[in-house]
Amino acid sequence: MWEYNEKVKDHFLNPRNVGEMKDANAIGETGSLSCGDALKLFLKINKTNRIVDASFMTFGCASAVASSSALTEIIKGMTLEDAEKLTNDDIADYLGGLPKEKMHCSVMGQDALRKAIRSYKGIEILAKPGNTVCECFGVTDLEIIETVKQNNLKSAEDVTFYVKAGGGCGKCVEKIEEIVESVLAEA
Amino acid sequence: MNIVYTDNNATTKVAPEVVEEMMPYFADLYGNPSSMHSFGGNVGKKLQEARERVADLINASPVEIVFTSCGTESDNAAIMAALELNPEKKHIITSVVEHPAVKNLCSYLEKKGYELTCVPVDREGRLDTELLYDTIEKKADQIAIISLMWANNETGVIFPVEKIAKKAAEKGILFHTDAVQAIGKIPVDVQSSPVDMLSLSGHKIHAPKGIAALYVKKGIKFAPFLKGGHQEKGRRGGTENTASIIGLGKASELAKKHLNEMDTRIRGLRDYLETGLLAKIPASSVNGERNNRLPNTLSIGFDAVEGESILLLMDQTGICASSGSACTSGSLDPSHVLMAMKVPFESAHGTIRFSLSTYNTKEEMDHIIATMPPIIKRLRDMSPFWKK
Ligand SMILES: Cc1ncc(COP(=O)(O)O)c(C=O)c1O
Ligand code: FES
Repeated sequence: MWEYNEKVKDHFLNPRNVGEMKDANAIGETGSLSCGDALKLFLKINKTNRIVDASFMTFGCASAVASSSALTEIIKGMTLEDAEKLTNDDIADYLGGLPKEKMHCSVMGQDALRKAIRSYKGIEILAKPGNTVCECFGVTDLEIIETVKQNNLKSAEDVTFYVKAGGGCGKCVEKIEEIVESVLAEA
Repeated sequence: MNIVYTDNNATTKVAPEVVEEMMPYFADLYGNPSSMHSFGGNVGKKLQEARERVADLINASPVEIVFTSCGTESDNAAIMAALELNPEKKHIITSVVEHPAVKNLCSYLEKKGYELTCVPVDREGRLDTELLYDTIEKKADQIAIISLMWANNETGVIFPVEKIAKKAAEKGILFHTDAVQAIGKIPVDVQSSPVDMLSLSGHKIHAPKGIAALYVKKGIKFAPFLKGGHQEKGRRGGTENTASIIGLGKASELAKKHLNEMDTRIRGLRDYLETGLLAKIPASSVNGERNNRLPNTLSIGFDAVEGESILLLMDQTGICASSGSACTSGSLDPSHVLMAMKVPFESAHGTIRFSLSTYNTKEEMDHIIATMPPIIKRLRDMSPFWKK
């Protein structure tokens, strides 16, 4: 059964700002077919660095669609400066919360937004920094460390909920545990 | 909203006839079948009738039927008995597409030191029998048990159990089959397919949940999984779940009666649904060998959309089915069955399983055929992977 609240359901059943934007001047893509969800975010940014329009195309479960829809609603009218600070928690909060095993959907939103802004600013998006820890979902150690810190995660399972790492074959779970422990030890 | 229930491989409606048969044994006829007094003994007689009915469904003798608490217990009991009776044999053969009841037990045993051969399947879900027979030839004296399902719960693909059983018998290797999905959908006969042990479960054939049976061929040694009282001739301890066993008996009788309808009317409905969906929804494809499947099962993948989203939209219209997608399985990967078949991610994530029962109607199939195309289109319209 789905444990989605009414707001998530509403954004899934009646998604806002769906579709390709022909005159977008910034695009951010994240996820892949093999991962099971993907988001393509389109932005129109004006001369004063304000997001005047946003739309999305999403492949994924209901919470992925709802998170994408929520993201576009949140950032419309925002300055790039503010948008850069947006986190996955802001997206989840806007929706009144997501089931914890679906938090990766909101992380996807944050990721696509940052990529779109970087591409607009002409910052080259290099290969992911760090060393790959999870082959199934292509997640690196640096990404895991950042997510753990940003969201105060406490376990490898939490990491799976947020960035999927560890949720496939499971062979990387021990490594993820080590990373989580080292971050916790630092704090 | 009317519910259209097409998720019968997950569980089935308890047949009204089954409920009626069970009712007295919940309240008035509560005796213990093992008691000396006739009040309990009469319940024992009714259990014997149930045992005969279950045996009759698979062409076994009543003494060969051991009642258990679920299909999972039957699977565990069969495999563990084989290991206990053959302590010197450390090899187990199973397949990559087994239900978790067998798959996870075998992975556990592998960690405990057993050697495991997981026979792969091809793109159509067919078992690689060459590797199977080869392993049997080479390791015959080390193999404690072969456990292979009769039919797959996700795709409905049927394994050549008769041939494998004969091969195993020739080599003197114990052969268990998980027939939980085959029972009641296709003829299952333990005389023509001489398996040593066979699992079946009540809730897939219109009996209640939490009742099942293990067939143990006469002459096979057996070690109980639940050690306790003398119930089930010492093969399974615990006071019998009388009402449910009686329900399973009735359901077995009905299942036998309905086999022909399964093969004709229900197969017709499934094919009608399949043809309808394939015709109306572009970039859709059937998973599993089409001419060798359970007559009630349709696993169909829709490219570029995701299963949970599809199910949620179907739910809005009252249609119940399952998906092979990650989001609904608790794991993040699509089902191990579709992955083992190397179904591309493109359609694996968007796979829906429809599974019918004799309660389904043509009107329901028409409803599904009319409802699905707009659902898939709606999701494709927002999918970055859908190329129009
Ligand atoms: C092939 C197969 N084996 C075993 C089981 C487990 O049966 P039960 O739910 O009675 O434990 C199922 C049911 O999901 C099944 O489909
Ligand atoms: S490598 Fe991380 S789940 Fe497989």
